[in-house]
This record gives sequence, structure tokens and C-alpha cells, in this order.
Amino acid sequence: MTGFSAEIWQSVFLTLKLATFATLILLVIGTPLAWWLARSKSIWKEAVVALVAMPLVLPPTVLGFYLLVVLGPQGPGGTLASLWGARTLAFSFTGLVIGSVLFSLPFVVQPIRNAFESIGDRPLEVAATLRASPWRAFWTVAVPLASPGFLTGAILGFAHTVGEFGVVLMIGGNIPGETKVLSVAIFDYVETSQWTQAHLLSAGMVIFSFCVVLAMMLIEKRMMRRTS
Amino acid sequence: MSATIKVHFAGRLGQFALDAAFEVPARGVTALFGPSGCGKTSVLRGIAGLLQLRDGFCSIAGDVWQDAHHFRPVHQRALGYVFQESSLFAHLSVRGNLLYGAPKQVGDHAIRFDDLVALLGLETFLDRAPATLSGGERQRVAMGRALLSQPKILLMDEPLSALDRLTKDEILPFLERLHGSLAIPVLYVSHDMGEVERLADHLVLMRAGQVVASGPLSVLQSDPALPLAVSQEAAVSLDARVESYDAQDGMATLAVAGGCFLVPSAPLTTGAAQRLRILAGDVSLALAKPNESTIVNVLRAKILSVQESGAHQMVAVLGLGEDGRGARLLSRVTARSWRLLGLAPGISVYAQVKGAALVRKAAPPCS
Repeated sequence: MTGFSAEIWQSVFLTLKLATFATLILLVIGTPLAWWLARSKSIWKEAVVALVAMPLVLPPTVLGFYLLVVLGPQGPGGTLASLWGARTLAFSFTGLVIGSVLFSLPFVVQPIRNAFESIGDRPLEVAATLRASPWRAFWTVAVPLASPGFLTGAILGFAHTVGEFGVVLMIGGNIPGETKVLSVAIFDYVETSQWTQAHLLSAGMVIFSFCVVLAMMLIEKRMMRRTS
Repeated sequence: MSATIKVHFAGRLGQFALDAAFEVPARGVTALFGPSGCGKTSVLRGIAGLLQLRDGFCSIAGDVWQDAHHFRPVHQRALGYVFQESSLFAHLSVRGNLLYGAPKQVGDHAIRFDDLVALLGLETFLDRAPATLSGGERQRVAMGRALLSQPKILLMDEPLSALDRLTKDEILPFLERLHGSLAIPVLYVSHDMGEVERLADHLVLMRAGQVVASGPLSVLQSDPALPLAVSQEAAVSLDARVESYDAQDGMATLAVAGGCFLVPSAPLTTGAAQRLRILAGDVSLALAKPNESTIVNVLRAKILSVQESGAHQMVAVLGLGEDGRGARLLSRVTARSWRLLGLAPGISVYAQVKGAALVRKAAPPCS
């Protein structure tokens, strides 16, 4: 039984680590992207929006397949990996983080973009007339006012990374402690008829998902109250 | 020469063509007045740099903010801007809002936080969230916030238009106090002549993207070539000084250039500056001094010019005093009376003023 729980905890820990890394990177990449999408009048905007939203409609296996090609030994990922002596980025934790970031990007960018858009121009104009540089206005006005959007984006990005399966299976495989995350572990348990373990993990995911959705609704409610 | 606000903006904003230029002194309150959609707000946003027009020039007291080669970014312009809606930062307290643009180090002549908070009556809600304030309170905070950034000019875009009548009356005295106690020039956009008559020293009249006229308020009010003088509510605003106050009758004597007015009022301090508003319809003309009348204000004046105003009515511009060199008044009389009395420009008359109203409430002096 200890072997079993150690295995479970390993995949839980790995999943949380992956989701944390992915969420942090998503916030760093997603914030400037969301800002640009919210404020730019560029003709490329719609194309970028469509590109960012692709993972919403693309089968995860398709995304996973291309990632496998790109991250594999023959792709740019392999070249990059050779810098530190590895052969490939596929089937590694780094590869999973890259895949998760791409796959969850729309879930982070969209809420932050909406939050930036709902602020409107006025608070930033006010900040500028009060001698705030665009940089200062962004950090002291736009970001605090958009904080519910950041929270929503972070939660969605985290939860979506925790729940991803297809992409992980394509580019990560099933290496314990490296790429064997929760969703893959559940699949694995079912494949090998270990129903108790599958039950345990699945029930845990149900509770987790419920908490995520509840948290989102509470944040939205708070946001509505603040804007009214 | 350089202590002026000099502005010229030209360009297209969608279907709208703007070509507005004016130069007014960089002191006191200048009102940008005109009907909605005439481009007043665009001019104000152009001065602030919030609207970037390709052909633009803007200098404030010799400091060039925009010309053919340079465009100084908004945050490098020493201005305060009060928007139509107060636009307070929802995530900051009233205090946080007030201090957002305040420089860390201020000089001796700076507007001090405590003074301004007292002037605007904000003491009791410094730690509250903007969402808990009334519309009028919010707008007072917005004014304080703009002033604490230590601007060289205050730009106000219809700061009262989003407020109801009662709240307006609550805020106007604060604006008048600011006017009385601060040396910062104010550009005030409005489409409400009542506000302009109370607050403005100078006027820029706008129509359809162009400046129709600009100059001292009373001069433009009494210019028969402009629509103000011939409108039904035509009036002049006269800056007056309190000569004396008779507590027994509750009447103040106010001196303007070329004459004195006796006005019922609450007690006033001798020497204080006040403003009188006199409607054209309240001024009638007589060739001889009328005796035994309930009209207390009868002043010598000279007819300077005349203009037809609507059906069978004339509006005469009067200069107070025997020589007509004093303050200007408007008088609306019927065409019939005008003809029967044989009135004409150059004739000396007695102006009988039925009503002269103090438009500024006595503002308590500020330290």
C-alpha cells in the first residue's frame, strides 16, 4: 500500500509542479499579449486572436503531434536541448511545460484581456494627466483594476493544465516522476484494472474541479460588485 | 506677452472638422463655451495631449507643449484634468486618489494637502472608498487630486454636467473658492451659461469646430454681433467691489466701473470682490431721471450701439457713466419705445435696473 500511495503522491506532486510552472510562465507571456490585444488597433490583431484561441478547437492530439515534431530530436527543440547535452525536449518535464503553456494560453489570455478592456481608456488617461508614465500607469492602475481577470486567468490556466491529457500523452508519455501526471496516471490505472486507485484520483479531481468553478463564480461576483 | 495660453488645433475627427485658435491670459478662469458637439472637449483634450492632432500648437505661459516638431507626452505636461465623470481610481481610497499624482518633494508655493482637503471639505472621508461617495463628493475629490499634482494649468471638462441641480449648487461655491484662493489658470469647458456667468473671467465662444470670438467675459456678453447679446437670456456679468453694507436694510453697495449698485444681500465685507449679473430684460431706459420709483438702481449711461433682437425688440449696449466709458450693460426694449423716445447710439440715458443679482455666494476667506 505504501508503494501505491507513493506513486499517487508522485503524480500529484508532479501535476502541481507542472501547473505552477505553466501558470507562472502563462502570466508572464499572457499579460503583455492580453494588453496588446486589448489596446492595439493593428490589423494583425484578429489573426493573433485566432492563433491564441486555436487550442480551444484543435484536438489535443494534433497539437501534441506538432509539438512532438518541433520538440523532438530533429526539430528546433532537439537543437535547443543539445545545448545542455540532452537529445530531445519531448518526453521531458520541460517539454510538458512548453506544451501546457501553448495549450492553456487562451484560458489565461482571454480573461486578462477582457479585464483590461473593461477598464477602458479613462483610468489610464487620468493617470497620464497625473504625471504617471505609461509604465507606472500600467502597474499602478491597469494591473490592480484588472486583478480579478488575473485571478480568473491564473485559476483557469492552472486548472486546465492539471486536467490536460491528450497533449501530455503525445509529447510526455508515461515516465513516473518526469511526465506521469494525474490524468495519465488515471488512464494508466484503468488500463491495468487498478480501479481503487483510479477511483481515488478521479474523486479528487472532481472535488478539485468543483472548487475551481466555485472560486471563479465568487471572483466574478466580486468583480461585478466593484464595477457597479 | 508670454503669460498667455496660446492654442491652435486643426484637423479632422471623423466627419468633424476642427480649426480652433485662441489666445487668452494665463490667469483666472477661461470658459470654453458652445453648444454640445462644437469641439470644446476636443480642444481641451488637445491641450492635455490626450488627443493628438497633426496640426497643432499649444503653449502655456511660454512653455510650448506642442508645435510642428514636438509633441510632449501627456504625463510630462504640468496640468490637472478634471473629467466629466469623476473617474476616481476604484482600487484606491480617497486619500490614495488625492496623493496619486502628488510629487514627493514640493516647493514653498505648492498647494498643500491639508489646505486643499480643508478647502474642498474632504476631511471626513479621506479613508473611504470612492464607491461610497456621492457624485458631488467624488467630483470634489477629482478636483483635489488634479490640483495636488501641482499643475501649471487646470483643465476642466464640464465637471458639473453629470450632476443634478442640487449637487451643482453644492459644488459651485467650492469652485469659486478655488478661483479666489489659487493662482492657477483654469480652462473650463461648459455649455451652461449660468456656470460661465458665475465662474469665468474670459470666454472663448465656439461653434462647429471654430472659435467665434474670445475675450473678457463682459465684453463678449455685450457684443451685439455675437449671439449671446441677442439671446432671450442675454445678461452681463459685472465684477464689483463691496463699498459698504447697511445691516439695517440688508443692502450692500457695490461699485463697478462707472457706477454703483444697491443690492439686497447677506452681510458682506467691505472691499470684497463680488460679481453681479444683470439681465438685458431687467434694464429699461429713460431720458430723464425718474423720481419716486421703487427701482433703486438708476444709473447714468450712454447708448453705444444697438441691434435688433427678435420680433419688434431692440438690444442696446450701454456704457455706464456720463461719458459711457464705464462697465457695459445690455438693455432690451421694444422697438416701439425705442422709436417713441427717439433713442439712438450716442444719446445719454438713465438706465433703470430692476434686478441685479449677486451670482457668487460670499465665500469664506481661505488661509
